[in-house]
Amino acid sequence: MKEFLKDLDKAFENRTRLGIMSALMVNDQLDFNTLKDLLGVTDGNLASHLKSLEKSEYVSFSKSFLERKPNTSYAATTKGKKAFRKHIGAIEKLLQENK
Amino acid sequence: MEKEKYLDDLSEIRKIMNRSARFISLSGLSGVSTGLIALAGALLAHQMVFRHHDYLIYGAVWADLKNPASLLLIALGTLLLSIVSAVWFTGRKSRKENQRVWDNQAKRLLINLLIPLTTGGILCLILLFKGYVGFLPGLTLIFYGLALVNGSHYTFSHIRYLGIAEIVLGLTAFLFIGQSLYLWMLGFGVIQMIYGVLIQRKG
Repeated sequence: MKEFLKDLDKAFENRTRLGIMSALMVNDQLDFNTLKDLLGVTDGNLASHLKSLEKSEYVSFSKSFLERKPNTSYAATTKGKKAFRKHIGAIEKLLQENK
Repeated sequence: MEKEKYLDDLSEIRKIMNRSARFISLSGLSGVSTGLIALAGALLAHQMVFRHHDYLIYGAVWADLKNPASLLLIALGTLLLSIVSAVWFTGRKSRKENQRVWDNQAKRLLINLLIPLTTGGILCLILLFKGYVGFLPGLTLIFYGLALVNGSHYTFSHIRYLGIAEIVLGLTAFLFIGQSLYLWMLGFGVIQMIYGVLIQRKG
């Protein structure tokens, strides 16, 4: 097995999780609804993938109130960003080798 | 196959990043430089156009300008220099961060700034040639502020507060037309520079 293949992260195998991380890489933080609109997924789908990213400590969240409604913002953690960069690096290498 | 999936992944990542990203290469130094240019332009206008005339006296919005062309020339010069310096500093920052200056984010930001700005600009030109000089400082501030608020969705979100500050100053300028050139200098010069310093420090 090639060395870089271990950088491929199971957490990013899924399209929605990959999408969440992509969006959080270029935004300091995003709230639930923005993510939902961006990725075009259902509430339940997004929530479960966010939860799994939280579990791997790739995503952190903060709760606040916006016009008296609870509002949750998500952000990528340093650990998550590092893992994402590695994952992309591994994909790029993989594609190069398979040219 | 697997390769296809990863290629798809990459294009999906690119698509999402593009769609959700904001333009963050706006340089703080461009805020400082445009602020300085605005102050210089306003001082020049004050010396050449306003000083020996009571164009901007309390309550009087209309004036028979001896030379609207020279005011227009100063305004255009100030505008042109500001654009050049803003583009230059922002381009420099983008290159430093290895980002493209002219990407989709930049386009989106520019279009959303330009809609209110062009509207305000044309309105101000019409008013200038009809002699309503007293409206100009307030209106330019207000439309600039609205443009910033509108653009804040596509770049640093805190630029919205700069926009609101400009709008408030613009409205104040309508209340105190005699002092409106000073309020204009405060808005386009001083506050713009302070904001520039703040984002420059934040990096």
